Amino acid sequence: MRRAEIRRRVIYVATIILLVVLAFTIDWQQLQQSFFQPDIIKAMFPDVILIGAKNTIIYTTLAFSFGLVLALFLALMKRSTIGPYRWFATGYIELFRGLPALITIILVAFGLPLALGIRIPGGTLGKGTLGLGLVAGAYMAETIRAGIEAVPRGQMEAARSLGMPKSTAMTYIILPQAFRIIIPPLTNELVLLIKDTSLLFVIGTTPLSKELTKFARDFMTSTQNATPLTVVAFMYLLITLPMTFLVQRLERKAGKGR
Amino acid sequence: MTVSAPPIEIEDLHKSFGELEVLRGVDLSVTTGEVICIIGPSGSGKSTLLRCVNLLEVPSAGRVLIEGYDITDPETDVDEVRAKIGMVFQQFNLFPHLTVLKNLTIAQRKVLGRATDEAISVAEAMLSRVGLADKRDEYPIRLSGGQQQRVAIARSLCMNPDMMLFDEPTSALDPELIDEVLDVMRALADEGMTMLIVTHEMRFAKQVADRVLFIDEGVIQEQGPPSDVLENPKNERTRRFLRAVEH
Ligand SMILES: Nc1ncnc2c1ncn2[C@@H]1O[C@H](COP(=O)(O)OP(=O)(O)O)[C@@H](O)[C@H]1O
Ligand SMILES: [Mg+2]
Repeated sequence: MRRAEIRRRVIYVATIILLVVLAFTIDWQQLQQSFFQPDIIKAMFPDVILIGAKNTIIYTTLAFSFGLVLALFLALMKRSTIGPYRWFATGYIELFRGLPALITIILVAFGLPLALGIRIPGGTLGKGTLGLGLVAGAYMAETIRAGIEAVPRGQMEAARSLGMPKSTAMTYIILPQAFRIIIPPLTNELVLLIKDTSLLFVIGTTPLSKELTKFARDFMTSTQNATPLTVVAFMYLLITLPMTFLVQRLERKAGKGR
Repeated sequence: MTVSAPPIEIEDLHKSFGELEVLRGVDLSVTTGEVICIIGPSGSGKSTLLRCVNLLEVPSAGRVLIEGYDITDPETDVDEVRAKIGMVFQQFNLFPHLTVLKNLTIAQRKVLGRATDEAISVAEAMLSRVGLADKRDEYPIRLSGGQQQRVAIARSLCMNPDMMLFDEPTSALDPELIDEVLDVMRALADEGMTMLIVTHEMRFAKQVADRVLFIDEGVIQEQGPPSDVLENPKNERTRRFLRAVEH
């Protein structure tokens, strides 16, 4: 008890000393010049929102929708009584969760056209959505499966004993309850996906299809300054922080309800 | 289907879970309108027997005929048969994401193909029958256990079942809520519903049952009218069981 108290005070004092030392050693002028140049900030608007943020949100929305549908099928396949369905789902999920997302994106954007001569339609939007969605689908499949399994067994039994075929019971009884359970983890996946859209800078984008990260990089190159990074960092936080708070609220509410 | 086919006919039914043989040869023929109470110690296979009747468990051997149709035959449309058999569970198993009314209409619409209006009027009639017409817009969580179980019974009745299975319908209820559920079941029995009831309510069984089955170790050890099985049991196991539950 006493020792813990002493340790805590030492940490507080050390932190304050560190901050004071930093305040004197840091070249504030230099810092402001590199990260907070008002001219550059001004120059980035309104395009950082009208192009960067807009595209980030579009890529996220499309990849999430595609990933969610894919995940639903994978989750149902993984629970199937038919062996090959289960094997495929398991193989898919493990493969795409095991690979770095960047590899999948490069594979879709450059690998497939090179190897098979397949051109993914829709430009950056098509390639980006497909690559990110394939990965998101693998992660969300496990989330959905966990949700389905969290619905008590008696629900399926009651539905079946009313004469509902399995698919009807799934659609109207099990899945609505499962999705309610997994709204918090799914929102988390969405936040991760928003951040992962930054990986799309590797596929090269036309001026109008840049998402936030690519937008910032190009601005950094032309200005030789790090300020654009600060601006898009704020943009990301502006999108992700409210969602993270929402998840926390939902989780608290779910915790109370049960 | 012949007119004389009994609602439920079970022939030499066996059910194993892995090594564990739970049912070891059950024969049972239920006549139309008959009310059968099934008693027996915990773990003796009562639930398993009931669940084999609507194929929630697949029998390991033997046959189950519902109105003459062999439901263990892979050709039989199980969903169609199940819609004719109402089932009431110990844990109610209402759908928590749906209101009481939707709990009662969903299967009518998706299974029987009834129009929404018709499904609603049937549901309202059944809710009145179990005395819960005023709860139609509530969610199940807001109801007491007794009310939930009555809604579950009404939900089954909406499908116009030819027979009903009850698996310990009052075992999860506080004592003061038991009678409201038993009253609904008693009314059903009076109206001529064919019923198979697993229960520990001996007084109810005495009043309502046409026949009582005592099951132990996966076989029917003794059966007959309640006055025989419950009041003058011949089997030593039955006597021991009844002594145990009375104290
Ligand atoms: N799905 C199952 N898997 C394995 N064992 C089971 C399963 N269902 C029931 N059993 C076992 O079968 C036996 C009989 O169970 P049950 O029919 O529920 O008995 P009762 O309803 O008479 O109490 C018990 O030993 C139980 O553990
Ligand atoms: Mg039981």
